[in-house]
Amino acid sequence: MSVYGVKEYSRIREIKGPLLIVEGVSGVAFDEIVEVELQSGEKRRGRVLDVSKGVAVVQVFEGTTGITTTGTKVRFLGRPLEIPVSEDMLGRIFNGLGEPIDGGPPVLAEEERDVNGAPLNPAEREFPEDFIQTGVSAIDGMNTLVRGQKLPIFSGSGLPHNILAAQIARQATVRGEGEEFAVVFAAIGIKYDDYLFFKKFFEETGALNRVAMFVNLADEPAMIRLVTPRAALTLAEYLAFERDMHVLVILTDMTNYAEALREISAAREEVPGRQGYPGYLYSDLASIYERAGRVKGKKGSITQMPILTMPNDDITHPIPDLTGYITEGQIVLSRELYNRGIYPPINVLMSLSRLMKEGIGPGKTREDHAAVSNQLYSAYSRGVELRSLAAVVGEESLSPTDRKYLEFADAFEKRFLKQGERENRTIEQTLDIAWEILSILPEEELTNIKEELIRKYHPKYRRLNI
Amino acid sequence: MPVKGSIVRIAGPLVVAEGMSGAQMYEMVRVGEDKLIGEITRIVGDKAFIQVYESTTGLKPGEPVEGTGAPLSVELGPGIIGNIYDGVQRPLPVIARVIEEQDPNRKIFIERGVSVPPIPLDRKWHFTPGINGQAPEAGSKVEPGDVLGIVEETSLITHKIMVPPGVRGRLKWLAPEGDYTVTETIAEVETGDGRTVEVTMRQRWPVRIPRPFRNKLEPNTPLITGTRIIDTLFPMAKGGTGAIPGGFGTGKTVTLHSLAQWSDARVVVYIGCGERGNEMTEVLEKFPKYKDPWTGKPLMERTILIANTSNMPVAAREASIYVGITLAEYYRDMGYDVLLVADSTSRWAEALREIAGRLEEMPAEEGYPSYLASRLAEFYERAGRVETLGSPHRLGSVTVVGAVSPPGGDFTEPVTSHTKRFIRVFWALDTKLAYSRHYPAINWLISYSAYAETVAEWWHENVDKRWKEYRDIALDILLREEELQDIVRLVGTESLAEKDKLVLETARMLKEGFLKQNAFDPIDAFSTPQKQFKLLEMFIDFYHKASELVARGVTVAEIRDALGRLYVEMIKAKFTIPNDQLDKIEELRVKALEALEALAARKG
Repeated sequence: MSVYGVKEYSRIREIKGPLLIVEGVSGVAFDEIVEVELQSGEKRRGRVLDVSKGVAVVQVFEGTTGITTTGTKVRFLGRPLEIPVSEDMLGRIFNGLGEPIDGGPPVLAEEERDVNGAPLNPAEREFPEDFIQTGVSAIDGMNTLVRGQKLPIFSGSGLPHNILAAQIARQATVRGEGEEFAVVFAAIGIKYDDYLFFKKFFEETGALNRVAMFVNLADEPAMIRLVTPRAALTLAEYLAFERDMHVLVILTDMTNYAEALREISAAREEVPGRQGYPGYLYSDLASIYERAGRVKGKKGSITQMPILTMPNDDITHPIPDLTGYITEGQIVLSRELYNRGIYPPINVLMSLSRLMKEGIGPGKTREDHAAVSNQLYSAYSRGVELRSLAAVVGEESLSPTDRKYLEFADAFEKRFLKQGERENRTIEQTLDIAWEILSILPEEELTNIKEELIRKYHPKYRRLNI
Repeated sequence: MPVKGSIVRIAGPLVVAEGMSGAQMYEMVRVGEDKLIGEITRIVGDKAFIQVYESTTGLKPGEPVEGTGAPLSVELGPGIIGNIYDGVQRPLPVIARVIEEQDPNRKIFIERGVSVPPIPLDRKWHFTPGINGQAPEAGSKVEPGDVLGIVEETSLITHKIMVPPGVRGRLKWLAPEGDYTVTETIAEVETGDGRTVEVTMRQRWPVRIPRPFRNKLEPNTPLITGTRIIDTLFPMAKGGTGAIPGGFGTGKTVTLHSLAQWSDARVVVYIGCGERGNEMTEVLEKFPKYKDPWTGKPLMERTILIANTSNMPVAAREASIYVGITLAEYYRDMGYDVLLVADSTSRWAEALREIAGRLEEMPAEEGYPSYLASRLAEFYERAGRVETLGSPHRLGSVTVVGAVSPPGGDFTEPVTSHTKRFIRVFWALDTKLAYSRHYPAINWLISYSAYAETVAEWWHENVDKRWKEYRDIALDILLREEELQDIVRLVGTESLAEKDKLVLETARMLKEGFLKQNAFDPIDAFSTPQKQFKLLEMFIDFYHKASELVARGVTVAEIRDALGRLYVEMIKAKFTIPNDQLDKIEELRVKALEALEALAARKG
């Protein structure tokens, strides 16, 4: 039977894991949204994963607990999963499917949009190049974030990624523009206290009216996690490309997302790729991460900051590995630095911002930025290498120059890297600190910096210039 | 008569249709009411398994599937250069325009079922019959590959209009000089069986079949890239094959962009296969502004882009590689040296795996299908330097460089290990080098080039007779440094012999002053072969002279003191001395040697 494109069936052949296999269907479309009504009258949502003549495989978001093969009604709603979008959604809190859970009124939709979105046409994109000052030296100085970039934080359990993400959300500005970012926040399977941390943070900073939160907590159905980031990004796309806003999207924690994907893949008995994750994990993650950027003829932008906890701090685990192949760099947090009391514990050597070179330089940050950053990298990596060498052979068997590198590495961590959770450094402050610590090294070691920049910015000459 | 069937199953990018008897393997089909593009990859009875190149959301069983009677093909003709295509040769800017007409707000997205011609049909091109002032005369015999006339496609590319493969006979008529679209007839050929074939400037070619040529030749000319570690240590040859494997962040894309930007190929085909959208945008924004270093013309006038970004349909990823190589072969047939870069072949292999998984094929290593190796081999074998079909006599080449993205940076995984069997240049990117921002992060210990011998002759004739000798010495110093590092890790540098300290010092100079290269520095980004050799000569001559001194009891510390500021100047020469002031490098070299002489004199 069919009413207004809605078709209802009740012949369930099989229930396994989160899947229902429904028989006798006709006219059901791939990826269509489904409503499942239990005998008790409870309604759940799902979507079509596979459809053949007469048989549809339905994934139930809220799980299949309590569903019976008889007496259950399955309604195919004739459309893909859509959420309403509107500017009024800022300041509100939604569940993982985009329904309000803050007790407020329903959203008056300006439009309904398919959560899957459509791929941006690369010929219509505009290359991101506006420097975002986060006030964090390790990011601004060495892994610069630009507007429209997707830059994830690779963390480990227990590391202060939430504090760092919050600090960035609070401090991020594009210089010369007073405008603040609108924040779309997707909590994907996170713990209640993590959610509370962000909620309190947004309330305290008075930012709540420019934040929309989509929340799926750890104890809520895993299948909804597959929708949550997409719902959040659907709103972000609307705000950025229809309402000219600059949107910062925080997705945490993508590890939970990937695990939900593995669960559904296993239930479908698919051929697994690495560590049981499906072979299409890369494409699936890309369909989320690629929903960032700037486009021609539109003022707004989407900057994405996904957070993921690396299982066992292993960066070669499929989730961080595939993420790193898609995102435009990564900020890697280090347990070792954290244990030594350094906040933010950013391992700069493993971190990278691919779009940095476009966002820095004269007119954007400062002319010496690129060279200073290169020199910091090469000197700090040498220092770290020598540190492990010194641990074996003793500091005294190093040459005097090498000992300077050790001193530099310590100063780098204690003076450049380390800063307060509320300390907001300008890019000039960051670069000046960099020059101060670089001046620990003999001048002829600064092989990455051109002579005229050394003459202009090296503390030794600066004092002379004044 | 093309077949007509109907859908019975949809699972992601895979669609199964029944009533398809008579369909060909790899036939292109139109799927559903929206006429999505698909390709038949398996036939069972009257059922055809179809991989669909667009999103299948919303498709229903029962919707029609129509055959086209032909395999997936590309359209070849003027208008390809400077274009950006999706994985099945649809121009992305035209897609945006078509969508804009329906809904201006949606034009930034790629919607489904948009059907657009690959090359402009209404544009008039100025056709001149013949080539080099000689036009084939009516009545003369023509065969495939013969040049009928030319079109100036861009200021860099003269597009040769060739007799299509399979057409031979007597030329009945050749159009006079004038403006024609690609659909207008420009020649008539009477074939042996008395038929008359109308030849236009547009031809079609199935992407999975290599285009024919007369002879394959040995690649012996280097492809100059301007990247020092590549040209000097691990050179590529025109018509050669290479792979760049590396974990994320090791600089695959930057290296490939440098190749596309600086190499002395005449045509560059850049395939963004399952990679980032912004990377394609970067090329699109910059290449029209950048000048070709060899001719001074905008780079876009020699570049073709194919973009199947990671969020675009996965099945088209599989096709994009074939589309790209077919376009490359077409320009090769005109007598051009073509460079094809594919970023990344791993995503293509993963697309194969995904489709194979949906077809429920038996998986081999890590879930990849068992035919992964043969597909890779087929792809790389389409590279080569060839003598083309037809007259006038032409030599052309396709150089193929594929990026490989091994999971976790592990080079033993199937795609990397199989690729290694079919390529001759291996530029292995190293995570450790990348972490210390040593770019290009090509690891000199595990990289190799099988062309170092074959291109030596070119270097010896055009640059310097000592090229091979000096290159080998440089490589030897770098290898010895690595061995010495093992000892240093145990006992520290101070307890090494002076001659070993000199190896460490020279290796450091080579790394800092030669191998490291900043792709974004205006002077450093591109080094001519001459500059590369002058820099190399400076460091190696220094090493030889210093070795003599060390043998006579002078310490390395004394040598460094004697050099003083010259040491820094030598290392910075790569980005302070431009390609056209090589006498300054010579000056530095002489000064360095003089400083050592003076030191030797002082020490008696």
